[in-house]
Amino acid sequence: MSDGPLVLGIETSCDETGVGIVRGHTLLADAVASSVDEHARFGGVVPEVASRAHLEAMVPTIERACETAGISLHDVDAIAVTSGPGLVGALLVGVASAKALALGLGKPLYGVNHLAAHVAVDQLEHGPLPEPCLALLVSGGHSSLLRVEDVTVGVDPLGATIDDAAGEAFDKVARLLGLPFPGGPHIDRAAASGSSVAIDFPRGLTSRKDVERHRFDFSFSGLKTAVARWVEAQQRLGTPIDVADVAASFQEAVCDVLVRKAFDAAQFHGIDDILIGGGVAANSRLRAMATERAEARGIRVRVPRPGLCTDNGAMVAALGAELVTRGRAPSALDLPADSSQPITTVVA
Amino acid sequence: MLLSFDTATPLVSVALHDGHEVVAERPSDHPMKHGEQLAPLIASVLADAGVVRQDLTAIAVGVGPGPFTGLRVGLVTARTLAHVLDIPVYGVCSLDVIAVEAVDTGTVRGEFMVATDARRKEVYVATYDEQGRRTDGPHVVKPAAAATALPVAGDGARLYAEAFPHAVAPNRPSAGWLARVVTEERAVLLDPDPLYLRRPDAVENAHRKPVLPGA
Ligand SMILES: [Zn+2]
Repeated sequence: MSDGPLVLGIETSCDETGVGIVRGHTLLADAVASSVDEHARFGGVVPEVASRAHLEAMVPTIERACETAGISLHDVDAIAVTSGPGLVGALLVGVASAKALALGLGKPLYGVNHLAAHVAVDQLEHGPLPEPCLALLVSGGHSSLLRVEDVTVGVDPLGATIDDAAGEAFDKVARLLGLPFPGGPHIDRAAASGSSVAIDFPRGLTSRKDVERHRFDFSFSGLKTAVARWVEAQQRLGTPIDVADVAASFQEAVCDVLVRKAFDAAQFHGIDDILIGGGVAANSRLRAMATERAEARGIRVRVPRPGLCTDNGAMVAALGAELVTRGRAPSALDLPADSSQPITTVVA
Repeated sequence: MLLSFDTATPLVSVALHDGHEVVAERPSDHPMKHGEQLAPLIASVLADAGVVRQDLTAIAVGVGPGPFTGLRVGLVTARTLAHVLDIPVYGVCSLDVIAVEAVDTGTVRGEFMVATDARRKEVYVATYDEQGRRTDGPHVVKPAAAATALPVAGDGARLYAEAFPHAVAPNRPSAGWLARVVTEERAVLLDPDPLYLRRPDAVENAHRKPVLPGA
């Protein structure tokens, strides 16, 4: 057993009820209950459905995590919880539960930033974070490039999406192709048998003019529209749509932009380590492309395993453990859930 | 030592009952923000009464009906705290708490109703006998559909005077009365499950707008 504080982390910012338990950098349990199936027929996450599911899943998921970790709740040194950003009604369930744990156990409470937790989770897999490192966070809710000096203190935003998040583009294109929600894993699977160069889809904000203003920003709305127009044109011609080719070409366009901009930002800021996180980091093409290009450039790339990339409680616990280790001050009991908590606020 | 709280209305209310009487009670100062106010209020009533968390033997929680977001804050707090402390948790319909207070404080005699604000121009309503036992409801309805000349407790009566001309106190459930209701078993004790009475607002995929503008 390794050293470090024993921390329980709760994550309810979207549709996953996650409870993780870590000791320092060691993962002991990562219990997740997902309401994704309940959202599938709506083609996206319905906040009220998610909030109801969080309430039902909360205590059973805490119990399951403790059982897996082989600990009693009374053993934990601190409670960490995502206080934002996210869906406010969903966040509130996790925050209230975390406060009840802190009150009932007499232990400190840390309300933490969801994005910083996506960065900190990699410590569970690859050890201490390089300082500084460049983080590319991509999911259904966010697409950001961040400079991370000390994840417990603050995170510098370098760029972000100016319209859709990358994961949102996956969901919308999946819907166009008649693939189920959530789109990411289905596009990834369909793309495996397609050609990534079959269709030349646009790479957003990469033209010289755009790069002047939005060098490290992303845009996926134009790409999504381009795919829709292409599918519509084929339908008008009566040509059957090759789902695998469209999926592969679309995926290539998204990954190309993400990786290209991450490497450009790393070079610009003189950083040798890139960390990729968030649900889209589970995409096999993104992982492969980043690794390939890293070797050629002498840059190190770290990507947690797919299960730790999607939203989970372990990432919150990992950040909590780092906060305790570095002696950061805990949150007050009147901690709010902040749907738009800025990336610069690591502990609320 | 019973800890009780209700988050089914805009105001949060927390109390402690020692088996004989309410020994501490605190209402929130500002409406809404249940998530921010509930835990500090619990810490405050414990301090007020000079007891520690290990002294708690049961939890009582209002299960609504009421606005969902606040309701869930109360319920997840009750469930989690009961789990950590390994003590039982009892749910009570929040309208029943208003009803028992109305009977015991003499604002009603005979049959009466309780109506609270359900927003969207609707009310949550239930009907009670002279002892404060629920005989019908709770339902969520337009005020006109539940209009009555009977005495009506709850803030719904004040909001919709045309439908409920005979408004009486109290306006909302208090945690002190919730604790009395549970200690004296004056209402049906329920599991700590929310009384939503409404399905989630959601539009099925087929009716969503297409990805292409104008398509
Ligand atoms: Zn996320």
